[in-house]
Amino acid sequence: MIEISVKKPISTAEQRLELSVNLRLERGSFTAIQGPSGSGKTTLLRILAGLEEAEGRIVVDSKAWLGEGRRLPPQQRSVGFVFQEYALFDNLSVRENLLYAAKDPALADRLLELTDLKGLEDRYPATLSGGQKQRVALCRALMRRPKILLLDEPLSALDPTMRRRLQEEIMRLHREFGTTTLMVSHDPAEIYRLADRVLHLEGGRIVEEGAPMDLLLQTAGSQKFSFRGELLEILERDAIFVAVVAIGQQIVELVIDASEARALEVGQQVIVAAKAFAPSISVEKNPRTFAGGAGYRRDGEG
Amino acid sequence: MSLWERLTDLDWTPFVLSFKLAATTTLILFFLALPLAWWLSRTRSRGKPLIEALAALPIVLPPSVLGFYLLWGLSPQSPLGAFFEETLGVKLVFSFPGLVVASCLYSLPFMLQPLQSGFESLDRRMIEASYLAGKGPWQTLWRIALPNIKPSLVTALIVTFAHTVGEFGVVLMVGGSIPGQTQVASVAIYELVETMEYGTAHIYSAILLLLSFGILLGVFAFNRRQKRRQGGLS
Repeated sequence: MIEISVKKPISTAEQRLELSVNLRLERGSFTAIQGPSGSGKTTLLRILAGLEEAEGRIVVDSKAWLGEGRRLPPQQRSVGFVFQEYALFDNLSVRENLLYAAKDPALADRLLELTDLKGLEDRYPATLSGGQKQRVALCRALMRRPKILLLDEPLSALDPTMRRRLQEEIMRLHREFGTTTLMVSHDPAEIYRLADRVLHLEGGRIVEEGAPMDLLLQTAGSQKFSFRGELLEILERDAIFVAVVAIGQQIVELVIDASEARALEVGQQVIVAAKAFAPSISVEKNPRTFAGGAGYRRDGEG
Repeated sequence: MSLWERLTDLDWTPFVLSFKLAATTTLILFFLALPLAWWLSRTRSRGKPLIEALAALPIVLPPSVLGFYLLWGLSPQSPLGAFFEETLGVKLVFSFPGLVVASCLYSLPFMLQPLQSGFESLDRRMIEASYLAGKGPWQTLWRIALPNIKPSLVTALIVTFAHTVGEFGVVLMVGGSIPGQTQVASVAIYELVETMEYGTAHIYSAILLLLSFGILLGVFAFNRRQKRRQGGLS
């Protein structure tokens, strides 16, 4: 059981806010954190790893990492951390990168095998592809058999195919090593596939949390399906109006009538939903900021 | 006399002394400046600009000013000089150990600055990854930070060496010109000109010129190769 109750002021270029998070993580759970950029996701991970100072308490299996007058340095926390930009040791080969974390050749071999890196042991990071680098970083993070595995948008720099593959590997390693995993992600498909719980962080606070299905499924009432999107343009064609909406990475056109066209403004966040077969469009009541172009895409994959 | 005869007859002692001084200074400065550069690159202390300014002083100060203070500070009349002479039995003025002390001060910025900027350009996350791998700051410095700033390291070592070979004012003031003890190559050339032995002065100067050029060429060629290697394969 991991109990986290931390506070820390964060100042970004745009704003100052206080990160204030109370959280309990079950051992062996897989939790995803989502939220707009600047909401404190990375800071939370860094506080857990001991890379950043904070007030409050972190208790892992009844051992205090933070609080009670002490703060364990990163070296003494049982944490594996995977950075978005890999952060491999460029002067060491793949195998040496792993052995630097722990002198356990048998474990290194097993990890390299699990992640399909056999044959690349003697290569240096500069000669690897992005996906290969991130697999090495993942293996390195697990070399010390950490209690907590922290993943800071580990796959966001990779193409969709490589993402999909690494998601499977992350899941396999998470199960095999029985770690408690906390992952920052913006990709709903990824969260749905991996996590058993999602936290939505905004302005330094957890504003929503729950099972991925409940949090990510964006339908309400009698709607059969619905998508959040941004209204890009309203075109007038003869007697009808066409709304151009960006949903995730897709652009869709919807036919709307004159009254709808008058009620909508370009740039608004909208919900595109279908009841039975006729798609309808309405203004979103609670516009929510979300980071990254991927938004709440739940189509096309899986 | 042919050039070859001139070269074989040449008194190489000043060069031997210059290189001994440069090698000793480089070695000592490496171990002194390394922790300082590492600390300066990572600290958020308010005292940082003060230390940076102090350490950069030898670049802007006239060598005579530095030499004068050193002469005064190292003389048996000062507490430091007295301590060395009475307790350790080492005379610091007009002696080789004195030259080493003076050169370490004079060449400090040439060792410190490349190392510091090398460390500062390192990806912070690489250092953090080393901490998360359970390694402390010293092991991180030795096994991760230093090997990853190779061009800066080579620049620091070689430029410090070359700069020490090339120093003149400070050495002359602190060491004087005792043949075999403190008369390094640059001082020897000065003496030769004073006594109008232009022939030997020419040869000495040409040797220093070629050596310095060769060293700098080597550094720049090495750094270019390193850059190409990093750029070409990633």
